[in-house]
Amino acid sequence: MPATEPTADRPAPPRAKVKQRPGDRIFAGLSTGAGVLILVVLAGVAAFLLVEAWPAIIAPSDEIPGRGGLTLYIWPLLFGTLISAFFALLIAAPLATSIALFITHYAPRRLSQALGYVIDLLAAIPSIIYGLWGIFVLAPATVGPTRWLTEHAGFIPLFAGPPSATGRTMLVVIIVLAVMILPIISAVVREAFRQTPRLHEEASLALGATHWEMIRMAVLPFGRSAIVGASMLGLGRALGETMAVAIVLSVSGGVTFNLISSGNPSTIAANIALQFPESTGLDINALVASGLVLFAVTLAVNMLARAIINRRREFSGAN
Amino acid sequence: MPTSTPERELDLESPIGGPPLVHGTLPRWAPQFTLVTAIAAGFALFAVGTAVGLAAIAAVLLYGLAIYSWSRPIEGARKAKDRVVTAIVASTFLLALLPLVSVILTVVSRGVARIDPAFFTFSMQGVVSEGGGAYHAIMGTLIVTGLAALISVPIGMLTAIYLVEYGKGKLARAITFFVDVMTGIPSIVAGLFAFALFALILGPGVRLGIMGAIALSVLMIPVVVRSTEEMLKLVPNDLREAAYALAVPKWRIIVKVVLPTALAGIATGVTLAVARIIGETAPLLITLGATSGTNFNPFDGRMATLPVFSYYEYVNPGVPPEPSLQRAWTAALVLIIIVMVLNLVARLISRLFAPKTRS
Repeated sequence: MPATEPTADRPAPPRAKVKQRPGDRIFAGLSTGAGVLILVVLAGVAAFLLVEAWPAIIAPSDEIPGRGGLTLYIWPLLFGTLISAFFALLIAAPLATSIALFITHYAPRRLSQALGYVIDLLAAIPSIIYGLWGIFVLAPATVGPTRWLTEHAGFIPLFAGPPSATGRTMLVVIIVLAVMILPIISAVVREAFRQTPRLHEEASLALGATHWEMIRMAVLPFGRSAIVGASMLGLGRALGETMAVAIVLSVSGGVTFNLISSGNPSTIAANIALQFPESTGLDINALVASGLVLFAVTLAVNMLARAIINRRREFSGAN
Repeated sequence: MPTSTPERELDLESPIGGPPLVHGTLPRWAPQFTLVTAIAAGFALFAVGTAVGLAAIAAVLLYGLAIYSWSRPIEGARKAKDRVVTAIVASTFLLALLPLVSVILTVVSRGVARIDPAFFTFSMQGVVSEGGGAYHAIMGTLIVTGLAALISVPIGMLTAIYLVEYGKGKLARAITFFVDVMTGIPSIVAGLFAFALFALILGPGVRLGIMGAIALSVLMIPVVVRSTEEMLKLVPNDLREAAYALAVPKWRIIVKVVLPTALAGIATGVTLAVARIIGETAPLLITLGATSGTNFNPFDGRMATLPVFSYYEYVNPGVPPEPSLQRAWTAALVLIIIVMVLNLVARLISRLFAPKTRS
């Protein structure tokens, strides 16, 4: 704030104190309190989960469901969670990037906002509906192709089979999850692509690059960290997705990379949703403990994602 | 799609003593023509008896191959590659539309049969197979979501005001970061949090409407904060400074100048946040359970909600299962209509009441 320099012969007038009105103090206090409350809630989520999970953590291992101890109870669930989210990301990330490219750099400029809304609609559909759609429409549709996959690509462990006759497989879960995280990734990447400096693009075109070469050399490098960050965000969402998995997947426990058989590991979130309403006592504590693991994993993934995205924001030079 | 280079006819075929400066280009209508041909071929395959999916894939592949082998000898490898990439990028967009269309068609076609007065006026009390409705669930959803909004909107807005008007330094940065992180909390974890909170106070096995509302507000607060923050940042500083110059206290500036200017945007954000949480199933499943009767008191006992209703009608169908499944689909349809209407309302608000100063 520019202040007039006090000169020797004219001493600076005593700085008038800003009157603190009670309204100001109350309002500042309220809004600061709300901000702090959010931090408290986040800490509270961790604390309350820990308190409720504690009995299961200290319980003897033969009282945990499955009688093998807490680690053995959670590990297959964690494995299922990770494998479904990872493959969903593998499908969704390139697709979402390509869709973001289409919306920002291929579609007619006038249409681009409307097309963005259409993709955002995918995010608006409740997960329960994806679950019902997955089991009634998508699952039956995959039965034929998975049989073909086992016959012709069965040497790949992912498609070892025997293929499920109902289609309630990890593969369907992965596809549903991919559809669900597609709009989230695509929205973040879209924003980054929009901010590509126009001069870079035009310079590239002026040097004779084709449209694709311009994108590869100017747009993609600029958006790279946004793609990584957005993918992590999508990964976080896929890790925590509950209802769609709970409805679609036919569960038999066990740790397997086989995506198309009827014996699949469940995921943490789906397992909680399926078991919780019928559980009592220590079973609930064990479920909360698995929830705590999920919370820790998603928190780590999200923090990493935000850190990556924020770093880009600071160093991008676009703003 | 043609690039932005102007396609004027210039006489550059034989400049003085050098190679030609231009090379051939495909006619302007080349992509469209190839596309139509490829689609026709796809339909032909479909008519012959190929599965729809295979025919579509074949059409896309055909387009790519045709445009490449047409463009390659005339325009060269780079341009041909560019055309193929354009085809790939456009087809991924269409691929993403496929599930959207399929989901909406499925829900509408399977759910529309039970859109009748009974569905909106009857509960499931005493209903064994046919009939019954989701009145209790619809009311439950409205009550729980309303409560969640009542909790989240003041907290979210105040936090956003803190971040934009007051916040500086470490605390503000920490809040911004953790609000972002909070948007990624899995909904089931939010449900577990509400459960753990109330289990400590009231003992395990407790199921209350307010628990669901608290779980939902954990999910809703960060969305409200983000959208409100964005809107407050759009309020031009000139307005604030003009008010300061008139010696208006800061809190009155915020209440009388900043908030009214940003109100439309904030309303849009809140509507979108409500649309996001109204379909949440998992946290409600573990916090307020389900019931077949009407319960309008969120502080006493289990409550039915639309998503959970749909889930249980699917998981525990009656005998025969058809009426239950039908109710599940109709509940899903009602849910999707509510969400779409909320989205539409949000866009309308922002379109109609947008401040003129948007940058």
